[in-house]
Amino acid sequence: MESHLTPSFPHRQSAHCESGVAANLLTHHGFPLTEDMAFGIGGGLFFAYFPFLRVNHLPLTTFRSAPGKIIRQVAKRLGVGVTFRTFRDEESGMAELDRLLASGVPVGAQTGVYWLPYFPPALRFHFNAHNLVVCGKEGDSYRISDPVIGEPVLCGAADLKRARFAKGPLAPNGKMYFLTNVPKSVDPVPAIREAIREVCRRMTRIPIPLIGVRGIRYLAGQVESWPSRLGERRALLYLGNVIRMQEEVGTGGGGFRFIYAAFLQEAAAVLDEHRLLDFSRRMTAIGDRWRDFAVAGARLCKGRPQGNDDFPALARIVRECADAEDGLFRELDALMRSGRHGVRK
Amino acid sequence: MRRKDVPQNEALFGGWKEVTYAVDDDGRYVLVESVGWEPANIANHMAWESIDTEVGAVLARVRAGKLSPLAYHMARHQMDPGLLAGYARLFRWQVRRHMKPAGFRRISPALADRYAGIFRITRQELMSVPEGDPPSDPVK
Repeated sequence: MESHLTPSFPHRQSAHCESGVAANLLTHHGFPLTEDMAFGIGGGLFFAYFPFLRVNHLPLTTFRSAPGKIIRQVAKRLGVGVTFRTFRDEESGMAELDRLLASGVPVGAQTGVYWLPYFPPALRFHFNAHNLVVCGKEGDSYRISDPVIGEPVLCGAADLKRARFAKGPLAPNGKMYFLTNVPKSVDPVPAIREAIREVCRRMTRIPIPLIGVRGIRYLAGQVESWPSRLGERRALLYLGNVIRMQEEVGTGGGGFRFIYAAFLQEAAAVLDEHRLLDFSRRMTAIGDRWRDFAVAGARLCKGRPQGNDDFPALARIVRECADAEDGLFRELDALMRSGRHGVRK
Repeated sequence: MRRKDVPQNEALFGGWKEVTYAVDDDGRYVLVESVGWEPANIANHMAWESIDTEVGAVLARVRAGKLSPLAYHMARHQMDPGLLAGYARLFRWQVRRHMKPAGFRRISPALADRYAGIFRITRQELMSVPEGDPPSDPVK
């Protein structure tokens, strides 16, 4: 019976799949990294609202950067080699996975979640941008370190194949990746600074109304208009969808804002820059405000509004988040630009 | 969010927990386990209600002879003709034709097996729909 086990893979449960995979793979290769540091260095924080891109007939809201970017950016910024492969043919996709596992290499994979048997049934939608690590093979099953699950799990080969080759938007096409060259040590300071500036830029300096802070304001306007434009029933559906994108498993809460606040807190120590602690606290408060939006929105969806709950009130909360993020990212960028930190004494 | 405020509203995860970021009493970020949060549970439930409504409507039309059983299985698996066509390696127009009773009756056994394999059911199950109400929202 075939059994290829990569020497015990450092599975850690994470709030977000892609950052969790990046952190666990790097840690396995001798470069310890927390999930929030991976998220931060990978420039994962974002916002966009695309009314014309529909998933299940509902507009796309995203609180994070495009799938795959975190891993690429972490690797690039830390000087780590990573190889990506996709496959047109399912059998060669599985054969290549087996070959790598046999040589002791844990393999990251993009999958759909609908076909993963261990995934909680309530969360099995046709979502194709999930990431996990295949860290071993036992007979006809694979050992999977799925970052959003508490323990490594076994998954049958047929199921994994189906998940790797799931169809629909963002179809993975068997996409897999593995690290090839991990330096013994890297100065994380330039990586962190560059990553923070990228997020600041993306959130405040892209002149497209749907993107970044502008996008958050755009969403506020949309929220306000939904009842009259769509009618009560569809307005609630749209609202529920935004809440799901913000809070359903894998965001760490507050649309990734808490993860980013944790990153800023950790970065404060690495950069020897105590002012980042203040930005971290402000980011936490922003995450809390997004959570307030979800709480009030859910009350409306459940048909139990309180006091002043209504769509204009929700829009006001979203605008508050926009203003707070606008201020935060501009000031944070100014701090990083000044460059007067991270000087090792 | 503070550690003590991390919600524990069970509904979505079956036996397991998610982790979320919260600050401890010293203001330091820690990972905290949670069995769930009510607003997320509500939003998730709405999504399943939507699916259930669609499945119920399709089932009624199948029983009325307007759509084929394929339409039911497709809706049950949250698919539309485009997605099912992708899995079945067919064109969208072919799937739409198979959604009609007459078109569905004419598909070959091999194609029936292909569809059945996608939905993980037998060929017999593919050709029929369940009696009574369809299985629904896994959270209820």
